[in-house]
Amino acid sequence: MIEVRELTKRYGDFIAVDRVSFSARPGTVTGFLGPNGAGKSTTMRMMCGLTPPTSGTSTIFGVPYASIGNPGTRVGILLDASAQHAGRTGREILTLGALVMGLPTERVDEMLEVVALTPTEAKRRVANYSLGMRQRLGIAHALLGAPEVLVLDEPANGLDPMGIRWMRGLLRGFAEQGGTVLLSSHLLHEIEVIADELVVIGRGKIVAQGSKTDMLANAGTLVRGLDPEALGTAIMAASLAATRRDENTFIVDGTAEQVGRAAAMAGVVLVELRPADSEGLEEVFMQLTAEDSREAVTP
Amino acid sequence: MSATTISTNARVGTPIPFSRLVKVELRKTTDTRAGRWLLIAIGAITFIAIALFVAFAKAEDLKFRTLVLVAGTPQGFLLPVLGILAITSEWSQRTGLTTFTLEPSRQRVLTSKIVAVLLLGFGAILFMLTLAALANVIGGTLTDEAGSWAGNAAVIRNVFVLQILGLLGGLAFGTILLNSAPAIVLSFIAPTLMGVVVNIVPGLSGAAPWIDAGTAQGPLFDFDGSEVTWEAWGQILVTSFWWVWIPLAAGTYRVLRTELK
Repeated sequence: MIEVRELTKRYGDFIAVDRVSFSARPGTVTGFLGPNGAGKSTTMRMMCGLTPPTSGTSTIFGVPYASIGNPGTRVGILLDASAQHAGRTGREILTLGALVMGLPTERVDEMLEVVALTPTEAKRRVANYSLGMRQRLGIAHALLGAPEVLVLDEPANGLDPMGIRWMRGLLRGFAEQGGTVLLSSHLLHEIEVIADELVVIGRGKIVAQGSKTDMLANAGTLVRGLDPEALGTAIMAASLAATRRDENTFIVDGTAEQVGRAAAMAGVVLVELRPADSEGLEEVFMQLTAEDSREAVTP
Repeated sequence: MSATTISTNARVGTPIPFSRLVKVELRKTTDTRAGRWLLIAIGAITFIAIALFVAFAKAEDLKFRTLVLVAGTPQGFLLPVLGILAITSEWSQRTGLTTFTLEPSRQRVLTSKIVAVLLLGFGAILFMLTLAALANVIGGTLTDEAGSWAGNAAVIRNVFVLQILGLLGGLAFGTILLNSAPAIVLSFIAPTLMGVVVNIVPGLSGAAPWIDAGTAQGPLFDFDGSEVTWEAWGQILVTSFWWVWIPLAAGTYRVLRTELK
């Protein structure tokens, strides 16, 4: 169980994390979503006691991270897969972890197998690892102490499509066995297939949070018509907010019935009318973080 | 869940035993090429210094006291590096992210590093003393003039004080700078520079033994075996404040407070 309350980090005048509050429950995967530089990593570092917060609290099992004895056996953490001594072998890094946590070294072999790093690869120095291999090693390290909670910062970075699928299955299984998972990403698609709960952050502030089902339900309606200009006018006439996806498609903040009626009134022929689901969620994500992202949003 | 009150004293789980942290820190000094080569270099340079001295020194100079001081000098250059790397690699290689999440108490991590490095330092000194003793025995069998053990207790004491202060000084530079290259460079340059400054600035020569560690530690290098005066010990203690204890305290503060990224 992770509880983050009003967590804030200031660097001079810059507020990297601004009163962030959320929780992650056992048995669920919580996706921490936001564009680059939104404050995800800073929040996670504060949760793990690496960055002192300016104000606010963060607890795991009801206590601050620093008050957990031998925390590696309770909380598995992967903050940056590249933050490893380039001169150590993958096996040695896991062995050091096992020694600190007081685990038998057989655990190292088990974990290497779980993340599918071969014995030959494990004997190579990390300097020669690809980013994907480093992520696998990092995940193995996080799982080493058989923790109940996982905190993973961008774990899918550098993984190939097969690797991403593998990781989804792994985290899904972990949550199904009652584990708590918090994982961050800047890619909605990466997270929406696996997360039960979503926490969206933009420029240091939480802009949306809730269950994925609720968010999808509120993601609006996708509509496509033969005459997009007339369709656009009809939607506006019905005072519904909408964004244009492409030439013929709109995502409308309204129900299918509302959109259908508006189109019928204007006599516009529709060729598609359905819940926007993930396309809508992406739209929501883009809008929520629009003013916070580096790119100007193209309408 | 919101009913849970956060007590600052609340703890979950049993802390990692300190001895385990020390063991892991010891392993970390040898499980990379850089670390292994540094230890090999410390051993090799000690051996070479003694071998060269045995081969080329005059027979009457071939005695335990001289052998120890001759081998101790090059070793004294490398031991601080051992202390520096033990600290700075956590930042330079960013392994601190792992180290300080597995043991969130930075104080415990830092202390375990200091203990591990001191153990290695003691090992290196004992190795050197053993080699010096062997060389002295060999020297004694070759010629009657060589092989004196006079003043062995004093020289052993002196070399321990010198090496351990050097090692702790290295740790101090490491904790203050948290970056390998600048820490190593500065740990060589700063004391040397200080030695030059006290020699050329006219008013400072009197104060030199109280501010320059090199000057203060001079009597410990005494090849004639004359007694180290109480005043000299006082100077060693005072200079150790400027060069070891105060920097180490400042560096500790930095390690405890700094953000790990």
